[in-house]
Amino acid sequence: MINNQDAVRVIDSKRDGALFVPTMNANNVNFGLPTVTTDQKMDLPVSGAMGKASSLALGLALAQPDKKVFCLDGDGSLLMNLGALVTLANKAPKNLYHFLFNNGVYAVTGGQPIPGSGQTDWENMAKAAGYASVFSFDNLEDLTTSMDEVLDAVGPVFIHLEVEPEIENTPVQYRTRPSRTVQQAFRELPEVLGVR
Amino acid sequence: MTTHEAVLHPPALINELKKNNITHIVWLPDSETNFMYQTLMAEPSIDLVPVCREGETMAIAAGLWVGGKKPVVLIQNTGIFESGDSIRGLGLDINQPLVMLIGYRGWTRRGATPDSAAKFIEHILHAWNLNYYLIESDADADRIGLAVEEADRTQRPVGVLIGAEFGSD
Repeated sequence: MINNQDAVRVIDSKRDGALFVPTMNANNVNFGLPTVTTDQKMDLPVSGAMGKASSLALGLALAQPDKKVFCLDGDGSLLMNLGALVTLANKAPKNLYHFLFNNGVYAVTGGQPIPGSGQTDWENMAKAAGYASVFSFDNLEDLTTSMDEVLDAVGPVFIHLEVEPEIENTPVQYRTRPSRTVQQAFRELPEVLGVR
Repeated sequence: MTTHEAVLHPPALINELKKNNITHIVWLPDSETNFMYQTLMAEPSIDLVPVCREGETMAIAAGLWVGGKKPVVLIQNTGIFESGDSIRGLGLDINQPLVMLIGYRGWTRRGATPDSAAKFIEHILHAWNLNYYLIESDADADRIGLAVEEADRTQRPVGVLIGAEFGSD
């Protein structure tokens, strides 16, 4: 299993101008992208999107075909929007890299297991949906040494990551808030991209 | 093939979309917009993004919009009910100027409709404080332009209810 923050750090280290659409644990203020990002202005965080990060990433990838788009998704999130796998594979953006952080639980609600935890075959689900390439990693070394191969693959690419659950039990009102809000990110990104 | 009493034709709407520089239609087909599909597939200036479930449409549109494109979504009123949280989080909360073309299943001017999809849709739009326009014929198509202008000006989603099935002739 891969530490959540280590996984995000490795992916971020290979961003090279890529746009990030992170959600849930991959976007956690304490152990997700906000703590390690090296290019915050290119991040579009969408925690609380109830499974729609991959849909948002699809739109962004279609709008910006010359930039790589990395979606950092959660397993519970993707279950909320499972048809998105087919929608995304159907449009087949060559620049979209869909990382699935599989920790098997609803981490932000106390760690309850997601339906199918430990038995859902995410790799074959993505293959069957029509993703151009599918990878799976359960340790940091393999992820690290394979990232160049992953990013050389033509999208849409699905990357399944087995990550350690980081359970959040702090009451919602006491949790650390991100310094950069979703609204701020949506205002700033078009300016950074030069499209508004 | 002709739909009886059809007074709305795909070119009228598509021309209006082109006039307003719409780049993408994110949609899930419905009976009210059925005949638009063939015409849209042949229209090179607008990219069609089909979805599996309507709640995806607002999120995909948000990505297109933040990336510099000008999408609309096209779904049935039943899909609006399903899309509630997407309209909240990825429409209203991020100030997305999104025009939502909504097939008005059950709409009739001939008395009470038995269809709950028609009974509830305008109440739901009111509940979200979303303004909307109604299109019933080709002559109404310019209301899409009004909706686009309003969405841009207010930075909010705006609905366009399509209250007639398209004719193919």
